Amino acid sequence: MSAELATGVFSWLRRLGATVTGTVGKLGYASRFLIMVLVLSPHAFRRLHLTLREIYFAGVLSLVIILMSGLFVGMVLSLQGYEVLSRYGAGEQLGIMVALSLVRELGPVVAGLLFASRAGSAITAEIGLMKTTEQLAAMEMMAVDPVARVVAPRFWGGVISMPLLAALFSAMGIFGAYIVGVRLIGIDAGAFWGQMQAGVDFWPDVTNGIIKSVVFGLAVSIISVFEGYDAKPTAEGVSSATTRTVVISSLAILALDFVMTAFMFRGIGA
Amino acid sequence: MSAVTSASDAVFAPARRMDPSAAAIELVDVSFAYDKRPVLQGITMTVPRGKIVAIMGGSGGGKTTILRLIGGQLKPNSGNVLVAGQSVPDLEPEALYALRRRFGMLFQFGALFTDMSVFENIAFPMREHTELNEELIRDLVLMKLHAVGLRGAAAMMPTELSGGMARRVALARAIALDPMLVMYDEPFAGLDPISLGIIGQLIRRLNDALGTTSVVVTHDVYESLKIVDYMYFVSEGRIIASGTPESVRASTDPFVRQFVDGAPDGPVRFHYPAPPFRTQLLADVS
Repeated sequence: MSAELATGVFSWLRRLGATVTGTVGKLGYASRFLIMVLVLSPHAFRRLHLTLREIYFAGVLSLVIILMSGLFVGMVLSLQGYEVLSRYGAGEQLGIMVALSLVRELGPVVAGLLFASRAGSAITAEIGLMKTTEQLAAMEMMAVDPVARVVAPRFWGGVISMPLLAALFSAMGIFGAYIVGVRLIGIDAGAFWGQMQAGVDFWPDVTNGIIKSVVFGLAVSIISVFEGYDAKPTAEGVSSATTRTVVISSLAILALDFVMTAFMFRGIGA
Repeated sequence: MSAVTSASDAVFAPARRMDPSAAAIELVDVSFAYDKRPVLQGITMTVPRGKIVAIMGGSGGGKTTILRLIGGQLKPNSGNVLVAGQSVPDLEPEALYALRRRFGMLFQFGALFTDMSVFENIAFPMREHTELNEELIRDLVLMKLHAVGLRGAAAMMPTELSGGMARRVALARAIALDPMLVMYDEPFAGLDPISLGIIGQLIRRLNDALGTTSVVVTHDVYESLKIVDYMYFVSEGRIIASGTPESVRASTDPFVRQFVDGAPDGPVRFHYPAPPFRTQLLADVS
């Protein structure tokens, strides 16, 4: 019995060790991959049409989901916010509450999550399928570096699109809040916009939101291109890679958001 | 080269290696393993300039690995791969890319870029590696497409092409820059008899017209016998026979006969190595 137990423990330890070394190895490979993408990035900008095309696919084609989600999130935020604020007689403060929530947090985070689901998964699937159908190998054999030609433009397309999408999400959310708060509930429009103008600062509120969305763009883009490039060249491999992109990107966004928020508002409890 | 030779006395064996200037490709005692699984062991072969050489053998025998070694996508564990006199495993990335610009490769299923039209697929290497103006690129692309009989398909997308058409477009792309060496990975796989014949004839015709050297990895013995100048038979990572098509047809070597006749059992066993069936059936399931 004790021998069986020992075997089981050793087996578990072996699996744990293999998982840890595998994860660390993959992180190392991903880091080297990021450096390679950055080194080869000038190619993506010298041939700007490649990057512009990716901005279109990652950014413009994500507009519908981003704008619609922003609108509804703003509307719900307005309803919930007014309900809470009015308990304390502060219903007129709805504008500033909605704007700060969207610009600081919800804009970058929700837009990042949507971006990972809509554009990140598409980037992974596209690169993964190119690998499966030997298009990347064909490029290599034609003396064209697939990292420079395929990966770098997609990476930068994502990095550039993400902050713009987050900004549009926040703007649409504020518009949604205006519709519900001012048009539906009847808050004074002057108070709604005035409070917002007085309470939201470009630095640090808007700037911090922009920094967050840039970081999320970098994280989602590198995860998406790496998972596609590293995918097993089978249907199952591409499917798993696409799932991993969405899961890892979402967790990375939430974890990074906590860390950045902690740094950005570190004086809050002092 | 009238008789089939076994690996030990191959016509292009190292001791009798041909004049390097006449050899486009030389593999010298090359061994390669994926992790610890040996794929190639002591492969020595020479591909003369301007000739079509077939590398034949069953699936999983290491044929495609030889192409990857020639293209520098893999490095041998031992031995050397020489292309145009250059040691491929020792090349720096830039030199390797410079060498690859002189290659063309036809992948098993074409590997056409699915987001580009047929025209753009063939123009791709020209746009990447030359400063040609659009007018000249258009003319060259149409010439290449005309050579494979698909000038009328220039505007089509790869998803609209049949398997045979896709293979021909890929062939046009492989010869887009008039390469010194074209490698074909299973060019006949999955094609109907007409397409198969067309591809075979195109390989021969284009090789002669462009003066290139061709390496064809295939298991289609009948089509290869019609078009190639020399054949190597690879099994379990070793060259076990080689010879001209005439000598292969007349060969009595058991492996070559099994391959040419398509016999299910012979030197290449029908069953993958396994413990005795009785032992396996009676073994405890757990």
